[in-house]
Formats: sequence, C-alpha cells, structure tokens
Amino acid sequence: MLYYLTKRLGLSAGVICLVVLVLFSLLHLIPGDPATIALGPRATPEAIARYAEKMHLDEPVWRQFLIYIGNAITGDLGLDVFSDRPVTAIIMERIGFTLALVFAGMGWAMLLGIPLGCLAAVKPNSWLDRVTGVLSVGTIAVPSFLVSIWALLIFAVHLRWLPAIGAGDPGDLGDQLTHLVLPAFAIGLSWVGYLARMVRASMLEVMGENYIRSARAFGLRPRRVIFGYALRVAILPTITLIGMGFGGLISSTVFAEIIFARPGIGKLIFDAVMARNFPIVQGAVLVATGLYILVVLMSDILIAWYDPRVRESL
Amino acid sequence: MIPVSVNRSEIETGIPAVDASGLPDYVSDAEFRESAARERREKLRMFLTNWQGLTGLILVTLFFASAIFAPWLAPYDPNALDVPSRLSGPSWEHPAGTDQLGRDTFSRILYGGRVALKIAAIGVSVALVVGLILGMIAGFGPRWLDNLLLLLFDTVRAFPTIVLALATVALTGPSLGMVLAIVIITSIPQYARVARTATLTLRNTDFILAERSLGASMSRTLLHHVMPNVVGPLLILAAMDVPVVVTVEAGLSFLGLGVLPPTASWGTILNEGYLVIRDAPWMVIAGGIPLILTTLGFTFLGEALRDIFDPRMGKGR
Repeated sequence: MLYYLTKRLGLSAGVICLVVLVLFSLLHLIPGDPATIALGPRATPEAIARYAEKMHLDEPVWRQFLIYIGNAITGDLGLDVFSDRPVTAIIMERIGFTLALVFAGMGWAMLLGIPLGCLAAVKPNSWLDRVTGVLSVGTIAVPSFLVSIWALLIFAVHLRWLPAIGAGDPGDLGDQLTHLVLPAFAIGLSWVGYLARMVRASMLEVMGENYIRSARAFGLRPRRVIFGYALRVAILPTITLIGMGFGGLISSTVFAEIIFARPGIGKLIFDAVMARNFPIVQGAVLVATGLYILVVLMSDILIAWYDPRVRESL
Repeated sequence: MIPVSVNRSEIETGIPAVDASGLPDYVSDAEFRESAARERREKLRMFLTNWQGLTGLILVTLFFASAIFAPWLAPYDPNALDVPSRLSGPSWEHPAGTDQLGRDTFSRILYGGRVALKIAAIGVSVALVVGLILGMIAGFGPRWLDNLLLLLFDTVRAFPTIVLALATVALTGPSLGMVLAIVIITSIPQYARVARTATLTLRNTDFILAERSLGASMSRTLLHHVMPNVVGPLLILAAMDVPVVVTVEAGLSFLGLGVLPPTASWGTILNEGYLVIRDAPWMVIAGGIPLILTTLGFTFLGEALRDIFDPRMGKGR
C-alpha cells in the first residue's frame, strides 16, 4: 500500500508540475510582449515598464518560472491586472459557489442513479429496467450545456418557477438554494444516466458470482445480499468513473455558471478570458485543474484501499 | 538458410504449429475463407436485427447527407438578411423561424452541420492516427518511454476540455483551427491508451515473438502485425468520440470561442438564440435538436458495433 501511495503521489506531482509548466509557457509562447498584451495597446511605456517589473518580466524566463512556482506553492498566484487584488483572494471568494454546485449536481445524480442501476440489475428486463435503459441513453445523449439552456427556457423563462440568473442573496439560504436547483439539475442529469448504466452493468456481473450464490444459499435476506455484498464490489468501477468524469463535470459546471450567471470559478475564468486578464486565467485554471487531479487521486487511493487487486497492478 | 517446409517444433512436441494468423496450419485456405465469410454474414445479420444499430445508422446517414447536400437542401442563403421578418416564429416559409437579423434558422442549421462534419472528420481522424502511433510506441518501446508518454497523457487529461480551451483561446483568439487543435489534443490520450493496452497484450504473443526473432524491424512489426490487431477497437472508439468532438465545437462556439459569426454553426445559433431566449425560444430549441440527434446516432452506432465485434470491451461502460 505504501509503495502504491508513493508511486501514485509521484505521478500526480509530476502531472501538476507539467500543468504549471504548460500554463506558464502558454503566456510566453504567444508572440508579443506579455506586458503589452496584458495592459492593451493603449498603455503608456511607463505603465508597461512598471507592470514588467512588478511581474518580474525583466528577469530571464527560467527565473520567472521558478519565481512563479515558488509563489504558487506559498499560495501567491499574482495580482489581478485591473483591481490589483491578490488572485488567491478572488478565487477563494468564488470557489464556494462552484463547490456547492458540483456537490449538489453530483449528489442528486448519485442518489438517483445508483439505486436505479441497482434495481434494474436485480430485475433485468422488468419495466423498471427498460425505463432505466431509455432514461440513461436519453440523458447521456443531451450535452449538459444544452440541458442548461433548455432548463433555463422551460423552468425560468416559460414557467417562471425558478430564478434564472445569479446565486441568490448572500444572507438568504433559501434564496441561494432556489438559485442552485436549475444549474445542479443541468450538470447532474447526464450523470444519472452514466451512473445507472455503470452500476447496472457491474451489478449484473457481480450477481453471477459464486459468493453471491453462497450468500443466498445461506439464507441471507435479499436486501442484505444486494446492498451488503453485491453493491460493495460493484461500486468500485463506478468510483473510478466518478473520478475520471470529474473533468467533464468541471466543464459542464463552467457552462452552467456562464448560462445561469453564477459567480463561480468557471464564470471567473470566462470573464477573465474575455477581458484578457491573464493572472486570473492562469490562477483559476491552475486551481480548477488541481482540483481535478486531487479528485482522481482520491478516487484511485480509495479504490486501492478498498481493493487489494489494484494495489498490486501499478 | 533454414528449410521452411520442415517445422521442428511440430516434430519435437507433437503440437500442431501455429502460423502468423494464429490458426493451426491444418485448416486449408478454402476452409478458412469460407468460415471467415460465414462469420461476416453472421455479423451483418446481427447488425441488421439490432434496432439501436439501425437507428444509429439512419441518424448518422442523415447527418452526413444533410451536411454534404446543405447547399441544395437549404431553402435560403444562410447569411441572407431579411430584417422586416426578423424574430418571426416557425411558419411554412421559415420552418424553424428566423433570428434577430431575419436569417432563416433552418438553413443555418443545415449549414452548421457542415462545420460539425468538418471538425468531426478532421479532428477524429487526426487524433486516431496520432493516438494509434503514440500508443503503439508506448506499448512496444522501452519502459522509460512508456512512463514518459503516460505522464504526458495524464497531463493532457488533467485539463478539463473547456478549461484548456478557455486558457488557449484567451491567448490566441477564437478560430476554427483553434477548435480543431483543442479537439485533437484532448482526444489523443484516449486512443493512445487503448492502443497501448492492446499492444502490451500483443507484445509477448507467439506470432510477434516469431516475427521479432526472424529479424523484422520494429516499424515492420508494428505496421504489419501489431496495427491490424489494434485498429479495430480504435475505430469503434472513434464512432463514440464523434459526439464528444461535435459537442465541444458547439460548446465553444456557444461561448463565442469557436466558430466566429456570421458563419453558421450549431453553437453560434444557440449563442444567438440564448441572447433572445425570451422573445424567440424556437432558436435554442431548433439549434439543439441536431446536436442531440447526432449524439444519439453515433452513440447507438458505436455501441452496436462494439457489441457485435468486441463483446468484452463493452462490459465496463
């Protein structure tokens, strides 16, 4: 287990380093002087010189890179071009909105998808199985940003049941929750399909195993066999799927935040891209990517801890 | 020179020798050809009785046909302005209504399919070829190269597609070429991973070892013996990848980071429709339907092909 942990952590650290390198070199690969690009064509030479000095742009590239890494490790991601506020602080005040959305979206998808897949596998070819099959194909086929737009059209514009944009009053929890419903619905919908399919397929496989038959033969109650014995093993590939799919979840979160004008990390990146505010883009992309790597790492470690066969294979 | 007709291992072990095709050599050519033909007929029959596969085939054909014949099918020029009848709802003259400049949405959808087809065809085929080559090298090459390539693949996959696209477009500005580059770079790792796994399992099979011991070069072994066995699953993966590619293009164009107006794309139609969602809901409805049909079509087709040709592969997802 220790060997596995070291190796897995090493791989993640390598990936993080490369990600930082890619983000850093993106800024230097494009033609033109970074200071002029950041401040726009109408900036005065003095302003450009001041900016270049503040951002260490007058140093050689490799030193700039080391400075950037050093600062990033201590949590300093640079300053916002427009307001001069620390990027870290700006990200910190936005990230809560994104995390709430991700958890809410994934949460309802898991609460619905996993039991659906389970029940469908227990009674193959029943009406519940058929409905689940159609539902999963249907929800997987609709891209999440289209779900966002259509949900906005139906529930906010046409029926006026739920608010269309924003994240709600800062002090009012109920208002914030009603603003969370539509985006969470939109990013979770295709996951219901994925999870139900995945759980159904692995449950069907596990239910044919000998130890399940033995458990049945010993006279254990069906519910205990299904949830206590079969699902414990069948959930493993699903954990991997959730980990791997987290990147896609972040992508759909970006869309949902832009469409519903929700002030999270995705909206932050998008607005910064539009305003060509590079320190924010760099910092926020690094945080979003780091979050993804962390989730994949956690799901891998969780599985290795849970399933000794995986530990041996890496 | 070793006489080829005498097969030593057969004499010594009494086990029938196995040739490059993996079949015992007492199967005659004619028998082999006949059984292959029988298997092909059986697979065709399986496909024709599979309603998902057939639906997929129809939708995919529709996608190709409407994109290729768009100039003949479209009732209007997709960029022709007709300001007096702007934002008019669906009618006989305009089956999917008009946008805020009076352009016919239905014609724009047909032309938007051409953009989607272009991105899908170029993006998927380039990603497949590069992924195949990198994957075979990773699976067949030395251990350090394998580890290095895996690290690279993991890095690319660590970026959520849209986030990577946002970061790149921030620097280069939006364009069709940029969308293509992002689509290709983000899809390569999955092809490479499948190709690598398949190559790893082939690496120590008897016919590859035999080829190597006869002195065949690395490139010959890979091209003539490994590739034909690896490329099948990749083609199925490609069918499943088309919806992803088309969705990424539509998504980026929706954000104004992909295809630029006035070019019609499903994404730009959704973008323009989103801005007038209160007055002209038909635009976001009509703009989304072709996206869903394309996704459904390629997913159905891919899954049907996978079930028929590689039943084990589908167990996971």
